[in-house]
Parts: sequence; C-alpha cells; structure tokens
Amino acid sequence: MSAPRLAIEALSAISLRDGNRPILRRVSLAVDTGEVHGLVGESGAGKSTIAKAILGIIPSQVKVTHGRIGFEGRDLLALSANDLRAVLGRDIALVPQDPSTALNPSRRIDVQMTDGLRLKRGLSAKQARLRARALLEEVQIRDPERVLDSYPHQLSGGMRQRVLIAAAFALEPKLVIADEPTTALDVTVQKQILRLIRSLQERHGTSVLFVSHDLGVVAKICDRLTVLYMGKVMEQGSTADVLAAPRHPYTKALLAANPRYDRPDTGLEPTPPEVIAALRAEIAAFDAGVAGSRDG
Amino acid sequence: MEHWSPASTIDTAPQPPSVAARLLRDPKVVCAGGFILLLIVVAIAAPWVAPKDPLAQNLLMATTPPAGFADAEPGFLLGTDGLGRDVLSRVIFGARVSLTVAFVAAGLACLIGSLLGLLAGFFGELVDALISRLVDVWMAFPPVLLSILLIAVIGTGLHSVIAAIVVIDWTRFCRVVRTETRNQAQMDYVVAARTIGFSRPAILFREILPNVVPVLIALLTLEMGIAVVVEAILSFVGLSVSSDTPTWGGMIAEGRQIVHEAWWVLAAPLAALFATVVAFNQLGDGLARSLDPVLRR
Amino acid sequence: MADDLLLARGLVVAYAGPGGLFTRRGDAPVVLHGVDIRVGKGETVGIVGESGSGKTTLGRALLGLIKPAAGSVLFDGSDITALDERARRPLRRRMQMIFQDPMSSLNPRHTIGRILIEPILLHGLAKSHAAALALVHGILDRVGLSRSTVDFYSYELSGGQRQRVGIARAVVLRPDFVLADEIVSGLDVSTQAQVLRLLKELTGEMHLALAFISHDLSVVRSICQRVVVMREGRVVEEGPCERIFAAPAAAYTRMLIDAIPLPAVDPGWLMRGASVEAAASV
Repeated sequence: MSAPRLAIEALSAISLRDGNRPILRRVSLAVDTGEVHGLVGESGAGKSTIAKAILGIIPSQVKVTHGRIGFEGRDLLALSANDLRAVLGRDIALVPQDPSTALNPSRRIDVQMTDGLRLKRGLSAKQARLRARALLEEVQIRDPERVLDSYPHQLSGGMRQRVLIAAAFALEPKLVIADEPTTALDVTVQKQILRLIRSLQERHGTSVLFVSHDLGVVAKICDRLTVLYMGKVMEQGSTADVLAAPRHPYTKALLAANPRYDRPDTGLEPTPPEVIAALRAEIAAFDAGVAGSRDG
Repeated sequence: MEHWSPASTIDTAPQPPSVAARLLRDPKVVCAGGFILLLIVVAIAAPWVAPKDPLAQNLLMATTPPAGFADAEPGFLLGTDGLGRDVLSRVIFGARVSLTVAFVAAGLACLIGSLLGLLAGFFGELVDALISRLVDVWMAFPPVLLSILLIAVIGTGLHSVIAAIVVIDWTRFCRVVRTETRNQAQMDYVVAARTIGFSRPAILFREILPNVVPVLIALLTLEMGIAVVVEAILSFVGLSVSSDTPTWGGMIAEGRQIVHEAWWVLAAPLAALFATVVAFNQLGDGLARSLDPVLRR
Repeated sequence: MADDLLLARGLVVAYAGPGGLFTRRGDAPVVLHGVDIRVGKGETVGIVGESGSGKTTLGRALLGLIKPAAGSVLFDGSDITALDERARRPLRRRMQMIFQDPMSSLNPRHTIGRILIEPILLHGLAKSHAAALALVHGILDRVGLSRSTVDFYSYELSGGQRQRVGIARAVVLRPDFVLADEIVSGLDVSTQAQVLRLLKELTGEMHLALAFISHDLSVVRSICQRVVVMREGRVVEEGPCERIFAAPAAAYTRMLIDAIPLPAVDPGWLMRGASVEAAASV
C-alpha cells in the first residue's frame, strides 16, 4: 500500500478574532494517488479553511494550532515561503469556485493561461500559447483560438470554468484542489464540467480534493468522502458506504434533508433537535478533551 | 420553539447596541466630535470665554510673544499682534465666523444638492436628464471666477461668502446623492416596498433616504471642512466680512507680513484652521464608518 | 378555467436597449417570447429553468413589476396588465413576493418589527400600532421566530431567520397569491428543508396560490404540484410533477433531469447523455 499523496493529520485551527473559537478540530484525511476525495460539509464547516491551509493562504485572523499537512512526505505547514511557492506552482493547483472573479477581467485569456507556463517552465510566448491551445482542446473547447483571444466577460460561465480547469491542469500537478467548482454553474453545464474533471483526472493520474456542500455532486465524482461538521470529521469512507449506509447521525440527517426529484416528499426534513443537541454535545466533549490534555 | 440548522451560529443575539452607543465607541468620532463640540461652545460663549476684547488695540503692548517666552506679558496667553490686540481672543472670535460659515454654507449646499440628487436618482428619465445636464453645465464654470463674480455683485460680507460656497458646492452633493439613490433604488427592499403597495414618495423617503444618509453625513462634514478653508481664503484676500471682525484668514494675512518679528500672529490662526479642518474630516470619516457598518458587512 | 387565480397569455417582455443622444433606442433583447402560464387557487406551481430562461422576469411580469410589451395577465378574472401604479395598489395586498436574498430585501435601517407592521397599517388590516403588533406576534409565532425578533435588524439574524421574516412579510397581509423567487438558493440543506416545510404548511393553511421559481428541480419536486419548464424565454413543457418527472416529453426536460446528481453512487451517470449534450454545449 503506497503512501498517500496528501496526508492531513490532526489539523486544528482557531479564529483569533472570535475569542479563539475553534475552526478545525483535529481533522485527518488522506488522498491517494489518482483518488478523487470529497470534502463535504455545510457552510461554516471549515472546508475552505482546509483548502486554504494546503495552499498556504490562510487569512491572518486564523491560526493553525496543531497538525501536519503531509504532501509527498513533506509537511507543507513547515515549509519556508519559497519552498512552498515552488511546490504550489509545480505540484498543487486550484480550481476556484467562482469563474467570474477568478479571472482578471482586463487581461486576455491567453495571457492569463500562459503566465504560469512561462514563469515555471521557461517557455517562450509562442510555445506557451501552443501549449495553452492544446489544453483548451483537451477541455473540449471547440474554438480555442477565439477563446485565447477573448476577455473573460466575453465567455459564458461554463466556458470560463473550463479555462480555469485547463489552467489548473496546465502544469500537470499532482494534486488539484477543486473548491466548489460547479456551484456557480447551471446544472447541465455542471454535469459537463464534472465529466471533464473526471476524465482529465483519470488521464493524468491526478489526485483531487473536491470540496463541496452538495452530496449529489460528490456522489458522482468522488471515490471517498470526508464529512465535516463544525471543523470536525463526522464520517469518512468510500462514497458508496457513506451514502448508502451512513453511520453518523449527522450524515443521516444531511441525506434526509436533501430533496430528491425521484422521491416526492424528500427535502422537507430539517435536522431534528435531538440530533443537533447530540452534535453539540459531541463537539463540546471534544473541546473539553482538548483543553484537558493541554492543561494536563 | 424554533429548530436550528447545524450551521446557524446565532441563538439569541443580545440586544443590539443603539446608534448612539455605536458612535461613542469609535475613537475618531469621540475625539474629533469632541473637539468640534468644544469649538462650538467656545465660539458661542466667546464674549465670556475670551480673556480680552478682540478689537481693543494697545500699541504699547504690540507684538508681545505668547506665555512662556521671554518678554511675554501676563494675560496674553498667545501674545499680541501688530496693533496690540490679544491673539487668543481674536482666534476665539474668529471661530465664530468660521463655524457659522461651516454650518450654514455646508448645510444649505447639502440641502439643495441632496434634494435634487434624490429626485434625479429616484425618478430617473426626464427628471434625471434635466438635473444631470444642469449639474454638468454648472460645473463647467470655473469656481473661483464664479465666487469672485458673485461677491463683486452682492458685495462682501458673511452672506456672500456663504452664497459663494453654496452656489458652487451644491453640485457635489447632487452627484453623490444621485448615485447612491440609484444604487439603493435597485435593491430588493425597494421592490418589496412596491409589492406591498407603498406610494413612490413614501418609498423615497422611508426606504431609500435612510440608507443614503450615512454617505450624506460623511460628505457634509467634509464640506464643512472645505467651507472653513474657503472662508479663510476669502478673508485672506479681504473679500469676507468687514475688516473689524476677526477672522482666521484675516489674521493669517496680517500675520504673514510680520512673520519674522511675531511668528505667533500667523501660527495661532493657522493652527486653529488646521485643527478644525482635520477634526471635520476625521469626524466625517468616523461617522461614515460607524453609521454604516450595516451595508458594508 | 374558473379555478384559475392567475392566467397569463402571450407574455412578451423586452428590455430597452441603451439609446444614445442622437440615435434611436436599439433593438431590444427579448427576454420572454410569448409565455402562457396559469396558477390555480391554492395551487403550487414551480417555474424552473437555467440562467437566461426568463423565469425571474416572468415572475416580475406576473406581479406587475415589469410592463410586458405584449400579452395579458388576468388576476381573479380581471385584466391587470395595463393598470398603473395607483390602480394597482388595492391589488397589492393580494399578490405578494418572497425574495432570494433576504439581506437585500429587508431594509437594513428598519427593525424587523417596522418591516412587518407598516404593511399591516398601510392596508388597514389593523387600526392601531398595538393591534398591528399583535398580528405580527401571531405571524412570528407561526413561522417559528421568537417575538423579540421585532427589535432586531436584518443583519443581526441568521440566513434562515431572515428568510422566515421574508415569508412572514409575504403572508402577513393574507394574500391570495405569493411569488417565491429562488428563496432557498444559498441556504444550507437543513435550513432549506425548514423553509420549504414551513412554506408548504402555510400554503395549505392559508389556501395560498404559490408560484415557486427555482433552478433546482429537486426542490421544486418537494413542494410543487405542477411545474413549468422554461428555456430562453419560452415554455418548453408544463404539467403535473408526477408526469413531468416520471416521463418528460421534451428532450430539454429530459436533459435537465438527467443532469441532476442524486446523492447515490451511479457509475454510468457521468457519461450518460454525453453525445446529446455535446450537440448543445456551451
């Protein structure tokens, strides 16, 4: 069993502005080579904090208090800024959530795509543009020359997301972090984009950490899931196991609250108060345990 | 009993702080506001607060330095000017002129400009076209020329200084208020008010205006600072009130000529002017921020 | 049909293009190309479509917030299409709206109490402030908010609480028809469930007709009896939910339903329909 590509171990973080409120509570998860791992949770669960921790862009009011982010044997949290930048540019890439704000509106697409190639690989402008064109073809854009010469506002949301995916895979990274990449898209476009991510990932053997609040989306593209609530891992396992036979009451509640078009009366079940109380108790017990071990 | 979703973080929020409480927490508002308030009190109570008669000349006491320096005379804290008049008392009385202009001129410009801006921003189309064209044409006149022309016609005095400021600066309010009104008019709560059936004037004054006020207040205090400076400039060149009444600009003009022998005659009104303008700006800054955390959240 | 509360025929809406000082207004982009829709008394109808489908514009045209270039809207038998603001005002009490973003639909300068009381007083449903407050307390109880909410401002409440205030405001006037425009997009799934359940209960209790605009077909399925599928300003298909979801007639509807990811593992889902979509792709 080879070592996982990404191994997050007992990651904890607090919010300095909020009276040291815990944001992450000893989160551990592992992503193997070629695996698509879903990080699922509602808003405020801490999913984007984890993504930011990997990318080294945690905001200043958040502080990591414990844990390790192992990537190919090195702890990303312990790297110097320069070393981290080298790793990020080469081996880890991001597909961001909102295609309309992730692209610079005043620069053409070709420039934005070739920046990275020219900087990191030393390609000339012409070589970089050829490579960018090939990438756009890989993400099934039928008229890559026109797209390369366009500005972001001239492209549709789905097209922009394809460009961002192409840019993410441009340097053949080992790990791609997809941060809610389809949330801003129409459902038919979403399916195309998911298909695209999956095929690119399979072709290049890339590992993907897929962050989402949508159980349906992760069901279709992820091999394994980590369910997060208030910064704590509630359940982990293969997608099939977690969704078909959930063990944790939170996962069950999430599934029950999800409306399904094939079952008319779903989507009207809010989380029962007992479950919420039990969850709060679980979190409180965890926090007490951490405090106790710190003092002890 | 409400069900809480796992992600909701507010159970029962404590009683919201009142507007006054929020204002008092901002250091800028407190310090700058306090200074202005003090200035207002001092200006109103000038006849009782000022140690000497600001017009009383005493050539024997001319150009004595402020307290603490060699040759200072007791009773003249900031020294005397070329005609032996107490600088401190003149600065205090000068504040009357400056503050009067600040509040009246800025207030009038605000009133006129804001009203037109509200109408233009809310009703749009023809009303907006007319008012906007008016503003454009008006702003094309060079302001300095316009004010000098106005004063030449009306004559010098406090009323013409105020008129000059109002005539030029109302456009600033109009533009800003128009833009903010237009932004507010797009908000869903305006649509909601329409859906409920409120009349257009009701929507303008009850829904939109309260949300325009924060921007307005910030602009108003800024304008007060500007008005003080404009008055000082006009009194510097002798176009303001009669030369009897002490004004900061007038004192600066006099002090400039004897700056090598009696620097304090220039320094005192300059410092007062500077402090007042800075205070108005900081107050505006602080007010804008603390009155409007709502929308910027 | 006698049971129809709202009946719209041939609605055409176009947005005026920008006109220059010396040029005429350009060709206006047409947003609705002759749309028909009906909502029966007490019925919940879903209006679904992707971006650019015109569903939001349709909703606003039904409420008279946008003037159609052609077509008619009949409310309870009378033609309300051409009414001006003043003539429309008495009708306003009977047609209300819930908005997508409660942050921007609740005036941040007004307390929740003021937001709920003013409409009551405006339409004379209560004669005094105290009586209106009593009505407000009643509606707050019903939507599951504590009575102290009246003293709060919108930004002090959570997303779910704000949306309940939006619902409270819409129903406090006891309207006959409510338009809900993407009211659960952006809510967590558990909060969404609470809001949907509340809405379903209220429409039943008050015999409200509801037009529910959403891009999410699964949400529509959970509370609507009928559904209207829109695409690029036209109605593609409409009918009872059971039929549409079980056996959609239009290819677009089929594509839309196929694209919805259910929270269950389905290995063939990703590649299914790839060829159909490639033909219609962005």
